Amino acid sequence: MDTPALEALDIHKSFLGHEVLRGVSVRARDGEVIAILGSSGSGKSTFLRCVNFLEVPESGTVRVGGEEVRVRRKRNGYAFDQKQINRLRARVGFVFQSFNLWPHRSVLDNIVEAPVHVRRIPRPEAVARAESLLEKVGMADRRDLYPNQLSGGQQQRAAIARALAMDPDVILFDEPTSALDPELVGEVLGVIRRLAEEGRTMLIVTHEMGFAREVSDRTVFLHQGRVEEEGESSEVFAGPASDRMRRFLSGHLT
Amino acid sequence: MDLRLMVDSLPQLLLGMLATLELVALSGALGVVLAVPVALARVSPRAWVRAAPLGYIFFLRGTPLLVQIFLVYYGLGQFETVRESVLWPVLREAYWCAIIAFTLNTSAYTAEILRGAIQAVPPGEVEAARALGMSHALTLRRVVLPRAVRMALPAYGNEVILMVKGSALASTITLLDLTGMARTIIAKTYKPLEIFLAAGLLYLLITLVITRLIRRAETHLSTTANPRPKGRP
Ligand SMILES: Nc1ncnc2c1ncn2[C@@H]1O[C@H](COP(=O)(O)OP(=O)(O)OP(=O)(O)O)[C@@H](O)[C@H]1O
Ligand SMILES: [Mg+2]
Repeated sequence: MDTPALEALDIHKSFLGHEVLRGVSVRARDGEVIAILGSSGSGKSTFLRCVNFLEVPESGTVRVGGEEVRVRRKRNGYAFDQKQINRLRARVGFVFQSFNLWPHRSVLDNIVEAPVHVRRIPRPEAVARAESLLEKVGMADRRDLYPNQLSGGQQQRAAIARALAMDPDVILFDEPTSALDPELVGEVLGVIRRLAEEGRTMLIVTHEMGFAREVSDRTVFLHQGRVEEEGESSEVFAGPASDRMRRFLSGHLT
Repeated sequence: MDLRLMVDSLPQLLLGMLATLELVALSGALGVVLAVPVALARVSPRAWVRAAPLGYIFFLRGTPLLVQIFLVYYGLGQFETVRESVLWPVLREAYWCAIIAFTLNTSAYTAEILRGAIQAVPPGEVEAARALGMSHALTLRRVVLPRAVRMALPAYGNEVILMVKGSALASTITLLDLTGMARTIIAKTYKPLEIFLAAGLLYLLITLVITRLIRRAETHLSTTANPRPKGRP
């Protein structure tokens, strides 16, 4: 068997004694798209954030393309290697619900920032790549605008291009369309759908059930910090095994 | 009103104004250089680093500038080690004492302005940088500081204006800044009304120009204003 593109194993995380993740494990094969579903507060965002250590889990292992980060509890705090985490993050793209573009830089400069300063790619090369990525997300004519001159949908597409510019092994999406006006959701989902067709490995947290069903290969359903159900999306959506997932789906397919 | 005298004193007053501008510019620049590490310490994740500059800021903001100037000018010379040090030829000069006092004073205020601005940078923008693999230092340099400087500009403009006005205190340790020069002229002419009025107008002029410059810098660095086409149609 080929090694998975991403493994996040037995992730535990609590906030102020409240256990938010109680041993969540997700494996993504190369090119696999995984939808992560669950009701509000089930730990979806926390899990994604733990995968690239925006949140430091209490314990667990994350493996991406040969880079393995293992967290263990020490007497005072946690043992982890910041340099290693930075290397891991450079291989894992993250797309936020609120875009989080840098408003003091143009769209183009948002995209070339990390390739130039983290991966040390020569700027002309990074610009050329950024331009083709902008083309891909349909933003070629917006490269010199600033984030606040863009609609939400355009900002999110620029943010996706920014993540792609690092040529990540895996991209994590945390509700990429939840902050958008309904008429702008389609253009962003369109971009993500095309990435799926390209064979990108992605973990997508979303409340867009139709989209999740159509785009994802597998679905992971979280409930109170545990994986409640997991399986091929076609099967899970057609006939969920657990009551909770069934209720969740019927609540969302109205 | 002796308008004639006002006009005749103008060359001298302008010399004083130059001295004022030099004082403010030099101590302002040095103050910013000092303020950056102090502000960074204030936002450090480590509690002891955060606490380190507290006394510095507390003292410099909590005591009158005049007292600080006197402490440097009259106080430093009390220490034999200072008098014997290689720096004594510098520390003996009123000019450098004023620069030191102003630099320390403005650095404390500027550091607090900058700290506020750093803390106002939306955390999501910092996370976006970290999520791309940017180190702490790189994030600071490429995202946090550039964002903070833009947000700090209006408040910093205020601080510069306060510094211009505070610089008049340099005249108390024999410096011939704008106020010092006005006082020398008055000592000879006994016309305080005309001369102080002229000096006041020149201070107004400085304030006006600084306000304009800061506003221009704000629009230039703005992230909300008009697009900045860089040689593109
Ligand atoms: N930084 C934090 N400090 C304290 N509690 C937190 C923090 N982040 C998340 N939580 C708590 O952890 C739980 C899970 O939150 P999380 O954001 O992961 O849920 P979610 O599944 O993403 O929900 P939603 O669909 O609303 O985004 C919630 O109860 C939340 O209040
Ligand atoms: Mg969430």
